[in-house]
Amino acid sequence: MFRNKSGEFSWVDFTIDVLRVLIVLAVVVGAWNTLSSGRISLAQWVNLFAAGLSQGSIYALIALGYTLVYGILLMINFAHGEVFMAGAFSAFFLAEALNQTGFLNAQPILAILLLFMFAGLVSMTVAVLVERFAYRPLRGSPRLVPLITAIGASFFLQYTFRGLYGSHFKAYPQVQLLQGTLQLGDISIPVTQIFVFSSALVLMFGLHWLVERTRIGKAMRAVSENKEVARLMGIDIDWVILFTFGVGGFLAGSAGVINGLFRPQGVNFYMGFIPGIKAFTAAVLGGIGNIPGAMLGGLFLGVIEAIGPNLVLAGLGIPGANQLKDVIAFTMLVLVLIFRPQGILGERLSETKA
Amino acid sequence: MNILASQASRRVLGLGLLSGGFILFAGVIGMVAAFHEREIVDDFISLGQVLLLGSPFITSYLMAARLTETGEDPPVILAGGALIGLLTALPTVILLLFNSDEYRYLLDASLKIIPFVAASYLAWKSHAQGNETRQVAATWLVAALLIGIVSFGFALIFEVKGDLRGVLVNVDRDWVEVVTFDHRRELWTGIGLLLAASAGAGLAGVIMRILPDIPRRALLYGLGVTLLVGAFGETVRLILQENLDRDTLREIFRRDTLRQNAAAVLFIVSTLAGFLWAMFGGRAQSEFAALDDSRRHTMRNLGMLLFAALLLALPWLIGRTLSDVAVTIGIFVLMGLGLNIAIGLAGLLDLGYVTNYAVGAYILAVLTSIGPLGLFKGSFTFWMVIPVALLAAMFAGFIFAVPVLRMRGDYLAIATLGFGEIIGKLALSDWLKPLIGGAQGVQNIPKPFLFATELKNPEQLYYIVLVASLVTLFVSIRLNNSRTGRQWMAIREDEDVATAMGIDTARAKLLAFTLSAATGGVAGAIFAAKVGTVFPNSFTVFISINVLSLIIVGGIASNPGIVVGAVVLIGMPELLREFSDFRFLMYGALLILMMINRPQGLIPSKLVMHEAHAGAKPKLSAGD
Repeated sequence: MFRNKSGEFSWVDFTIDVLRVLIVLAVVVGAWNTLSSGRISLAQWVNLFAAGLSQGSIYALIALGYTLVYGILLMINFAHGEVFMAGAFSAFFLAEALNQTGFLNAQPILAILLLFMFAGLVSMTVAVLVERFAYRPLRGSPRLVPLITAIGASFFLQYTFRGLYGSHFKAYPQVQLLQGTLQLGDISIPVTQIFVFSSALVLMFGLHWLVERTRIGKAMRAVSENKEVARLMGIDIDWVILFTFGVGGFLAGSAGVINGLFRPQGVNFYMGFIPGIKAFTAAVLGGIGNIPGAMLGGLFLGVIEAIGPNLVLAGLGIPGANQLKDVIAFTMLVLVLIFRPQGILGERLSETKA
Repeated sequence: MNILASQASRRVLGLGLLSGGFILFAGVIGMVAAFHEREIVDDFISLGQVLLLGSPFITSYLMAARLTETGEDPPVILAGGALIGLLTALPTVILLLFNSDEYRYLLDASLKIIPFVAASYLAWKSHAQGNETRQVAATWLVAALLIGIVSFGFALIFEVKGDLRGVLVNVDRDWVEVVTFDHRRELWTGIGLLLAASAGAGLAGVIMRILPDIPRRALLYGLGVTLLVGAFGETVRLILQENLDRDTLREIFRRDTLRQNAAAVLFIVSTLAGFLWAMFGGRAQSEFAALDDSRRHTMRNLGMLLFAALLLALPWLIGRTLSDVAVTIGIFVLMGLGLNIAIGLAGLLDLGYVTNYAVGAYILAVLTSIGPLGLFKGSFTFWMVIPVALLAAMFAGFIFAVPVLRMRGDYLAIATLGFGEIIGKLALSDWLKPLIGGAQGVQNIPKPFLFATELKNPEQLYYIVLVASLVTLFVSIRLNNSRTGRQWMAIREDEDVATAMGIDTARAKLLAFTLSAATGGVAGAIFAAKVGTVFPNSFTVFISINVLSLIIVGGIASNPGIVVGAVVLIGMPELLREFSDFRFLMYGALLILMMINRPQGLIPSKLVMHEAHAGAKPKLSAGD
């Protein structure tokens, strides 16, 4: 402790180690206080956990987009949160139209499938356009150049959609099928949460199949391994990169629909920004560039975000702990970047990748 | 077929559609209608119309410049200009038809046809690449299915909604009024007018380019000056109001709009001035260059002196409203110069700069407020707290810098962004509410006093900002040339090499973050004193993005660039209210365009320019 690699005393290491100890202390004390006070029953914990898993599966779907792009281009696609927003916001209108014609409740499964496809394809289009016109001209430039471009693209998209669809919050119509709760003894779990979790799982397995079992998936893995060699093997790099952005966009758009059906407060043009950063956190948490890692990281972050404020912050006597959900998530981001930048599942990345 | 395939016609088609897409986009997101609110010349032309006609004008001007180089004949170029004009209007015309009651079926029909057309096009391309029939058929099927779903979705939405406006909120009556030149009722007349005006603007662009050099420059100058004065009519009137009597002012302006006569006079005078400059400007420049060094220095110094006098006298020249804008610009100049130490000099992309701004503002608020949240109920004054705010911001910068010291460039950016969000949420939380007031914030912050005078007007606050900016400018120039500055530069270029050269990178980076935070704190404190209340909504990520944009647009690591960037990016939306809705749209587009086309910024720093000329793009990050 307190020494750097070469064995000298280093203030930075010292501070970081002190920080580590303080955080562990805070978590232990907070959790001890909460658990010993017994304020929250077991059933409530289970509910929090389930809610966290559902929220986390939305993060996981968005995080996959970050991870896919990072795996291939080593670039943080900062505008990915806005890709998510584009699908969710556009699909709102379709959901409303389907609701007005009565189709949404007459054929809920078909209607939701249609919503998924629609949102996914809209998001895919946005992601592909951003890649083509903003990122492709900058391929191979220093790392911060595409990041600044991505920040620009993020704000450009936000305000484009604000101009297109207006700035008001719009709430998705309710689907009868997804109302109600599932009773398991003491524990009741809302059906929406089950829907969110299971549909996210299906999408993730779909992605896994695409990457591991198909020709284009093989090409994606090859490009992420080594672009130059992949090019020599006759793989069209530009197409594979475009495809990757498209797949990430599709997943984000589907996550947008899930989010719209899951969260009652509705969608607007700014809805993608914070989930975007959180999904990035999830991707880093699981090990960026690592597909199972992104899924795991998303679920993990969702659970921490749901349980953390109640377990730790409330235990430390902080009022209104649930307002500080986002603080927990962003603190996680910083902590992971400090202590384990390679993530939970990430191997030690080589110098070029790290 | 031959004509279609030629390179010139392809360029015309491409440019025309680009310009048309831009106009359609500007219309759909509400820019055209919003800009129409701002009249440039009374009862003659609005900013929205300038947008509509400026796009074909500039596009054909650029096209003509290219085609004259490749040696096309003038009639061909003229035809190209007219074509660009028509193509510019085309997408808007189509949307107008889709939006009208009679032709709405066209929208439905096109949404049904599009999947087949697009799929066939893609299949044709796949065929042209020499793919097998099976693959071509698969391409067609997949494309038709995917595009079909989106197309079908939109068709359904529009059918249920009954009109476009239910989805695209800005395709409304105002927009139709603008693009049909007030002929909403007679749709075809309106469309005819739009096509004619657009084609005319395209022709005018070509003619302008074909004109001989001197009259062209004179006319462009006259046009530019008239449009600028007209667009900023309100600002110009406010300035003139300080120096002219009411009746003369009324001759020139009707409310905030330039009258037609005044505009005509302005155009003629500025064209003449442009003519004279085009004739004799070159000679003046060469004579200046021919002067010997000492006299040129005297001239330069004289110019600087004049500029300094202008800066000092500014509040009296421009009046209260504009002084307020000047103070806002100054606050952002201060932050820009500060953040530039981290981004420009040391290459650390800090996206959480708002943290320092918030710390400065809240420290000042809590220490000086005479409201219920004030800790000392006014026994501390502004001047006593400014150093405290500065030190507090430096401390915050230091604290937040320690954890990120080991992070790589892009991770550092996201982590600092996270810090900014954390601070925002904490400021809003119930936890800190007893201290800093939650969403209501801290109120009743007294204005600074200088001896016995209360500096309550923006005219007076301006001097505080001016002095602070000048001090920061001085420090930042000195830093740039100091040993530390060189260390930062080394880190920016390559962190590993810098370490190998014996630079203590951790120490240098900490110093960069801490110093950069200092001006943010001062800016926040001045902001708090200016506004009188501090609440969390003023401290969002948008502040950081604002500052980042002005640095990138002005020129990274370039002090004059940052000042210009702040004046343009902060001043313009303040002065042109119509712009403020599209502020972040514009910033986003600018960030992308600057990174792609001009990463060194509008006014590059000499060093970055040197690097750019050496063939490499300027480096923004360490360790690449």
